[in-house]
Amino acid sequence: MPSALLPIRISDLHLIKGGRAVLGGVNLVIEEPGITVIMGPNGAGKSLLLRCLHGLIEPDQGQITLGHRRIADCRKQQAMVFQQPVLLRRTVLQNLSFAAPEIAKTNPQHLMHALEAVNLADRADQPARMLSGGEQQRLSLARALLSQPALLLLDEATASMDPASVLLIESLVRAQSAQGTKVILVSHDQGQARRLANEIVFVCNGQVVEQSPANQFFTASQNPAAKAYLAGEILI
Amino acid sequence: MDVLAEAFRLIITLDEDLFEILWLSIRVSLIALVISVTLSLPLGTYLAITQFPGRKFCILLLNALMGMPPVVVGLMVYMLLSRSGPLGFLGLLYTPSAMIIAQVVLITPIITALAIQVIENLHQEYRDTFCSMGVTGRRAVAAYLVDARYALTTCILAGFGRAIAEVGAVIIVGGNIDHLTRVMTTAIALETSKGNLTLALSLGTVLLALSLLVNALVIGVREYAGKRQYA
Ligand SMILES: Nc1ncnc2c1ncn2[C@@H]1O[C@H](COP(=O)(O)OP(=O)(O)OP(=O)(O)O)[C@@H](O)[C@H]1O
Ligand SMILES: [Mg+2]
Repeated sequence: MPSALLPIRISDLHLIKGGRAVLGGVNLVIEEPGITVIMGPNGAGKSLLLRCLHGLIEPDQGQITLGHRRIADCRKQQAMVFQQPVLLRRTVLQNLSFAAPEIAKTNPQHLMHALEAVNLADRADQPARMLSGGEQQRLSLARALLSQPALLLLDEATASMDPASVLLIESLVRAQSAQGTKVILVSHDQGQARRLANEIVFVCNGQVVEQSPANQFFTASQNPAAKAYLAGEILI
Repeated sequence: MDVLAEAFRLIITLDEDLFEILWLSIRVSLIALVISVTLSLPLGTYLAITQFPGRKFCILLLNALMGMPPVVVGLMVYMLLSRSGPLGFLGLLYTPSAMIIAQVVLITPIITALAIQVIENLHQEYRDTFCSMGVTGRRAVAAYLVDARYALTTCILAGFGRAIAEVGAVIIVGGNIDHLTRVMTTAIALETSKGNLTLALSLGTVLLALSLLVNALVIGVREYAGKRQYA
């Protein structure tokens, strides 16, 4: 069952921040289900693009539609994991029950399963903000998955995780995608992009400069900025 | 030294006059605190998370009120409650109720201003996440209040500390009437001027102990919250 929020259409998206166009005319159509990985240098505008997609930032110009609907009409079908996870000043388990009060009432066992899936079951009653950075990211992914979103946005969700956690999260994301959730994931990790991506979107200086199937991107990218990025050269 | 010894004797033997005064002080300040908290938490939360024209001005006004000298507050409440004043018909002047009103006027701006700070910071931090999770309106407000519980507790304690230690306003609207509106601070002022240092000192000691207790609680709450990353 493909995601109800496809195709994702971004047309001529402009965003001005601090007197500067941080997104300068983004055009992007994502039609394929599966996992799209957004790559690009620091400050390219990846996080802002994700926030626009999630409806957290109103663009100065341009339009976004998801499955031919406006963002406001389908926000509930989306979930996002932020680059810096924000957790409530409560226990690990309470963070989940706050995000999904319905489930907490009818099927509290499900919340424990969700914690088990990210290897945090034994920390259920600990204050959530006392978790380490990687554990916090795992918890916020578990929280995002509770709503069974049709679109899952991940902003460097595995950035501070150890290799085992990265693989654990990747398998969760892959499983979610297999259930029909469209996943858009920002990552600097080329290994991760190779493992997960069906499609790569390369962002540079506030614009999408390349969109191609993953294998093609890594083997035959023609874009000079993308080539330089993959070769580890600093882009300015 | 005799005075000091005698003062401690009054405290240790639970002297009746002393405890009448102490009890009234605590009662007045606690009631004022309850009223003030029910006003300032909703007001502070509203001002912290709602954008409207004039919001900055409201906050400015609150900060100005916060710095208002207590005697001026006393004078204003006095004029309000005096027989020819707009609320004169209530006959509240020189009653504990008048003192409660003065203390409410004094500490509400303080607690509100502190609460605004706390909730505003939390709102900044949580906004995107709540937006993402579809948490809005009452649920968001309730979550802010719950998650700010420790910080708000210290704001409330600060308000109580201010209320119980206050003299100027309370003496004007309460009148420092024996057995009726005499509280610790006004009694200390009076007994000192009369030269009755024993009672003044024993009340002073109790007041000091109370203030130490409040501050210890503030520190304790902060420490507990900090340790669990709940601050
Ligand atoms: N509120 C803001 N005000 C001014 N400039 C901003 C603001 N938010 C972001 N920017 C700028 O927009 C640009 C893009 O930011 P963004 O966070 O999208 O980068 P990114 O591609 O996610 O980078 P990274 O890989 O480091 O996470 C940056 O240069 C940043 O300085
Ligand atoms: Mg980013």
